[in-house]
Amino acid sequence: MTKAERRLQWKPGWRAPRPPPAPSGLPLDFSALTSKIGAMRTVLVSAENLQLTLKTEPSQEEQALTHTKSSPKETHKAGNEDLKEMLESNKDSLKLEAMKRVVGLIAKGKNASELFPAVVKNVASKNIELKKLVYVYLVRYAEEQQDLALLSISTFQRALKDPNQFIRGSALRVLSSIRVPIIVPIMMLAIKEAAADLSPYVRKTSAHAIQKLYSMDPDQKEQLIEVIEKLLKDKSTLVAGSVVLAFEEVCPDRIDLIHKNYRKLCNLLVDVEEWGQVVIISMLTRYARTQFTSPWKEGATFDENNEKAFYESDSEEKKDQMEAQPYIMDPDHRLLLRNTKPLLQSRNTAVVMSVAQLYWHLAPKHEVNIVTKSLVRLLRSHREVQYIVLQNIATMSIQRKGMFEPFMKSFYVRSTDATHIKTLKLEILTNLANEANISTILREFQTYVKSQDKAFAAATIQAIGRCATNISEVTDTCLSGLVLLLSNRDETVVAESVVVIKKLLQTQPTQHSEIIKHMAKLFDNITVSMARASILWLMGEYCERVPKIAPDVLRKMAKTFTAEEDIVKLQTVNLAAKLYLTNSKQTKLLTQYILNLGKYDQSYDIRDRTRFIRQLIVPNEKSGALNKYARRILLAPKPAPVLESAFKDRDRYQLGTLSHSLNTKATGYLELSDWPAVAPDQSVRNVEVIEPVQEWAPLVGKTKKPKSDKFYSDDEEEKEEERSESSGSKDSSSSSGSSSEESGSGSEEESSEESEHTSSDSGKSSSGSEKSSSESDSEQKKKKKMMKAPQKKSKPTAAFSDSDENGNGPVAQASSSSAKSSSDSETDSEDDSDSDSPATQQKKKRDVKLNPKVEVKSKVEVSLLDLDDFSPAPTNAPKSLVVSSSLLSDLEGLSLSNISSTMQVTTPSFGPVKTYELLHHMTGKGLSAKYHFSRQPCLYQPNMVAVQVILTNSSDHSLEEIHIGDRSPASLNIHCFNTIERLEPEASVTVSMGIDFSDSTQAANFQLCTKEDQFSVSIQPAVGELLMPSTMTEQDFIKEQGKLLGMNETSATITMATANTSSQAISKHVLCAANVGVVSSSENSFHRFAGQTVSSGALVLVSLELKESSTALLTINTEKSVMASMLLRDLKQSLAQA
Amino acid sequence: MIHSLFLINASGDIFLEKHWKSVVSRSVCDYFFEAQERATEPENVPPVIPTPHHYLISVLRHRIYFVAVIQSEVPPLFVIEFLHRVVDTFQDYFGVCTEAAIKDNVVVVYELLEEMLDNGFPLATESNILKELIKPPTILRTMVNTITGSTNVGEQLPTGQLSVVPWRRTGVKYTNNEAYFDVVEEIDAIIDKSGSTITAEIQGVIDACVKLTGMPDLTLSFMNPRLLDDVSFHPCVRFKRWEAERILSFIPPDGNFRLLSYHVSSQNLVAIPVYIKHNITFREGSSQGRFDLTLGPKQTMGKAVESVLVSSQLPRGVLNANLNPTQGTYTFDPVTKAGRTPAEVGSRSAGSDAPPARLAHTAREVERLKVNRLDMYGEKYKPFKGIKYMTKAGKFQRDDLVCITGVSTLTYETVTLEPSSIITFTSAGPN
Repeated sequence: MTKAERRLQWKPGWRAPRPPPAPSGLPLDFSALTSKIGAMRTVLVSAENLQLTLKTEPSQEEQALTHTKSSPKETHKAGNEDLKEMLESNKDSLKLEAMKRVVGLIAKGKNASELFPAVVKNVASKNIELKKLVYVYLVRYAEEQQDLALLSISTFQRALKDPNQFIRGSALRVLSSIRVPIIVPIMMLAIKEAAADLSPYVRKTSAHAIQKLYSMDPDQKEQLIEVIEKLLKDKSTLVAGSVVLAFEEVCPDRIDLIHKNYRKLCNLLVDVEEWGQVVIISMLTRYARTQFTSPWKEGATFDENNEKAFYESDSEEKKDQMEAQPYIMDPDHRLLLRNTKPLLQSRNTAVVMSVAQLYWHLAPKHEVNIVTKSLVRLLRSHREVQYIVLQNIATMSIQRKGMFEPFMKSFYVRSTDATHIKTLKLEILTNLANEANISTILREFQTYVKSQDKAFAAATIQAIGRCATNISEVTDTCLSGLVLLLSNRDETVVAESVVVIKKLLQTQPTQHSEIIKHMAKLFDNITVSMARASILWLMGEYCERVPKIAPDVLRKMAKTFTAEEDIVKLQTVNLAAKLYLTNSKQTKLLTQYILNLGKYDQSYDIRDRTRFIRQLIVPNEKSGALNKYARRILLAPKPAPVLESAFKDRDRYQLGTLSHSLNTKATGYLELSDWPAVAPDQSVRNVEVIEPVQEWAPLVGKTKKPKSDKFYSDDEEEKEEERSESSGSKDSSSSSGSSSEESGSGSEEESSEESEHTSSDSGKSSSGSEKSSSESDSEQKKKKKMMKAPQKKSKPTAAFSDSDENGNGPVAQASSSSAKSSSDSETDSEDDSDSDSPATQQKKKRDVKLNPKVEVKSKVEVSLLDLDDFSPAPTNAPKSLVVSSSLLSDLEGLSLSNISSTMQVTTPSFGPVKTYELLHHMTGKGLSAKYHFSRQPCLYQPNMVAVQVILTNSSDHSLEEIHIGDRSPASLNIHCFNTIERLEPEASVTVSMGIDFSDSTQAANFQLCTKEDQFSVSIQPAVGELLMPSTMTEQDFIKEQGKLLGMNETSATITMATANTSSQAISKHVLCAANVGVVSSSENSFHRFAGQTVSSGALVLVSLELKESSTALLTINTEKSVMASMLLRDLKQSLAQA
Repeated sequence: MIHSLFLINASGDIFLEKHWKSVVSRSVCDYFFEAQERATEPENVPPVIPTPHHYLISVLRHRIYFVAVIQSEVPPLFVIEFLHRVVDTFQDYFGVCTEAAIKDNVVVVYELLEEMLDNGFPLATESNILKELIKPPTILRTMVNTITGSTNVGEQLPTGQLSVVPWRRTGVKYTNNEAYFDVVEEIDAIIDKSGSTITAEIQGVIDACVKLTGMPDLTLSFMNPRLLDDVSFHPCVRFKRWEAERILSFIPPDGNFRLLSYHVSSQNLVAIPVYIKHNITFREGSSQGRFDLTLGPKQTMGKAVESVLVSSQLPRGVLNANLNPTQGTYTFDPVTKAGRTPAEVGSRSAGSDAPPARLAHTAREVERLKVNRLDMYGEKYKPFKGIKYMTKAGKFQRDDLVCITGVSTLTYETVTLEPSSIITFTSAGPN
């Protein structure tokens, strides 16, 4: 008996359940057990009576209730009459007991419907629990006994007027849950009233009731939409989630209802309960896709002035400073992204996932990365959560490897994982594979192949095959690895290897006859039909490479033909045909024999095939023109199969949805529309009345846009609820601030975007997207362009051009060249690609995209390193980079808040890896140590300088307990690395330390200890290493410089090596000597750099004015005059070098 | 959204059903049973199963499948998260979430489910609110209820749902005002065959038990918040304050809750306090094999590794194991280890490709999160505060306020062994 059958027995019929044992001491009429069969009819009759009473005099339902009470004396039904009796008793405790048992019956799925009249009477009970249980019963059975259910309605109607909001709420809840079509008008009325209720709880309930009513009677749609519209205006966080859900169910297409409430919803979002958040976020995702333009356009430039200021105005969002901003975004679009971001920290996995999908579908490409960490965190959750999250990551990782590559290890399979989780992890690992990490991944795969879970082992082999085809470097390695697997003892492993090898050989039709021969040898031992078929196919396809073996295989097959599986038979026929064509001398007879066998096979597929092949290859009088093409038909070069991810086409569904999970369109799935080419009028979202006015600090070098004033109108008449006001106003102030900046800054982005637009799809007019930029915008645009043109390559926090463009070399080229075709955009797009200055390199690495042009400019040693980055696939960025950059942002939030508002500390520029010796292996008895300044912000304390120390054991014995001992001066603040327990001979380990030099170049002396010895060492920093780069605009620079004149200025005329006069070379040498940031400059002859000291945060401004004949005036402005003179000396030296 | 819920036990019986919209016949579960039959292990049942008219989303916990029936598009995580929340609530109410407990308390279960969902959309999922609505059953209350006929449904209506702090019930009163925080960190690691660490990462949580009168407003600050790399909060935590100052500021729910879970960023590789070596040999031509496992402490900065637990998931084919631990004791559970599918026994032939050892365990790490101070505002009294640090302890030990360090639990898993092999378990135990 199958399980399903067994289940059928469990299915409740109309058979009445056995009466549960009655509690002792209860008087029971056992004679009732023998009562008549017609009892059911009596119930119905009495029910009809009731209904009549009700219909004629609905107000007298009380009377009806008493009427029932008297009648059921004779309405006995075998089974539940004891319950009925109890329900009709006067004691609440008995009734309660009975109801509990009834609920038990419902829970078990047994039918308790004949108790309906007895139960429904208790709906007016004073006992809360009893009442609740009656509600449970009503909701379950009202649909089946609609007429009787009407009896309860007036009780609810009365409760709807109750002074207590909870009673009102729950009355509406149950009333709307009773699926009785007759009461639709009553429900409609109740909903409308409740929607205007003072209590948010009742309003929430009414929002829920809307969906219930709609599902019962879709004709009410118009009226319900009115209620929804009203409730959408509600400012309570309690209501927001429910009403949006009602909106999604009733009228998801009425996007116009959202306009006015958009900003309010965004601002309330954080305070809405978690389930509501999910619903609102997914609705807003859909909304945003119809209302805003795509942030993914290529070639958009960005202006760091505005970008920086944009974040300045928003102190909470410092983190975002990392994410450069290459595009003008509608301020509302930005508002949404900003307000959803904190929800990534939610404990509710559904919320995190919905924010992740929002970022995926709405955020500019480079900002999507912030969701990575949170998604990886979800992998710690329950198995089912993992499953869904991994599915989504699998889809994401196809398009953007860089997002998850640093977290590759999180996807390593654990042996305790369920099979479907393992397979998904494998999928993701395969997606993440590239030249740089393939060796690691393959090593990991080797482990998996040995897994006991054979389905998983087989999937691993498939994955290896995919890696082999995708990454040509490892194809041979993989192939030989797979060949090794052919001698595995496990049948499934071997079979799967054969299948994968077949595919691989097909993609690489070079000399692999050895492998084919090897497989031919194995042929006898392989029993899995798919594998056998694959080998036969290979034999046939490459029969000319193995002229001796193929006929022999065919001979063996002829012997066993009848015993084979269909698929093997088909391939045998194929092989025979191919051999007949190439080597008919040896195989003619064999072929004919096989064709004869096939002719009488049981399977008609094989009979058909045989007939077809025979006509095709064996020449006879009937065979037509095809015969001479037989060879070309059968031995045509076949395209290699493409091994690609099963998740490739899943991106057509919105992430996080059921449809995505199933890869089929689920009922009620709402398509995510494409971005509109031209954003619809954004003023529709303007609300007359908004939060209090915000005051902005006027920002240097910025013009306030009148637009934003219009946007957030100043008059306030109505106040938000207290809570939302306090949080909301902050938000809106920052957002409006940002809006003005963005629109200011965005001007040229927009222009380039437009031109890009026109160049790509020429039909569309660029003026369409003009809607918001005002005249001053365009003026500024011109100015900026002028500024920009001369200094292409030296931008700090450089523009982070769209990641698509950076994605891979060729594409980037192509896109920029296409941009060039439209003359207007030329400068911009060039700027764009050029702007990848060293400062962003580190970031890029993380994003694993590189623009080839950077290469040319960056330092020699760096470009050597970066050569790998040319390849389309990402490099393996060192993990520490990632960690540190995120930490950096944390640190910024923490400690750098005192920095003047005109600048920001940026990510450090590339590290010129100048390594110094700390301890020579001769003096260190085998222990040698080298260090370099990593130029990363120190992780331990912001005022420390990060130093990376490489410890190597050059002795022949292992060293133990390497740690840092005494230090001098004793007050020296060092963050030591953790004791290294053991360092094997020839091994080396890199550790990082933090040292607080207190802005002096005084050496840090300390002892490096092993278990036996102690060595005094010292680290003396170059003055340039005591700095942190900071970004500022030229205007800010000049302003700050103006504050640091006189005593604080040190300058000298220096002579530079002639090779160093180009701006690239200057940047290179300055950055080599000091850890400063490049300040964009509008003049060719001026080069400016800005930094600040690590410990005290004092500004250090370096400017270099080129004079004739390779001399230059080098000026350093800083409070720290000692540092200035030392830095001057260093820079002079550096620039003098060729 | 969620149409119906079916609870299915390990033997495939539906023992509870609840419908929030119109009734869905339980025959819809047949699709689930089909999938269950196809899956070799109970965990392998796919969480999302499409059927012609419905979608089934299920979670498996405590050997009970919670199967939700969905009719239209909904984020699957939404349903999964909710089902887990249901299980957590049951556990909170009944102590355990077993079939027996659910059957015993079917009325409470029904009342809870009724409150938790309205028309398939979550309504009240905070345990503080639910406890106000429906009192958890205790032995005493059950007795009183049967005698006096009083109810376990809250007499007064919940106010929490309406307030700004929906997670906290109002009118909380305690004579002893206490706030306990457990900082629990665990290391997850994968160690390969040769004993070197492939990955190791530290995850931590702060579990709190706060029993404070009134509406206290707590702030918790850390000595080393920089360690926190990725965090997720209980909704009570004010996110803005955290962003700006790295201080946890919150009005706590009453009772037990998880305040924070975090990932520790550590630059260096996490040092694992024990080493483990294993060796498997097979006797040619016999179905027996030998399995050696050596486990010992690494240097752990003078701290002892305590209560080491090694658990090894043996393959289904293993019929019996004979272990000789040098230290401690061992148990072998033939039901879960060997009794699964004896059918596969014959198919595996003896050989020497030892599978990789994969190790997941927890222990002390490099540097741990330290709480700096805990302050309370908004109330007059002086609470008793306690903070406990643990590197993984299985249970929530509330009365134990001693700072425990170096407790570690270690799970050793996955070795292939031939049927009825002899296992020698050598454990150089911790000092």
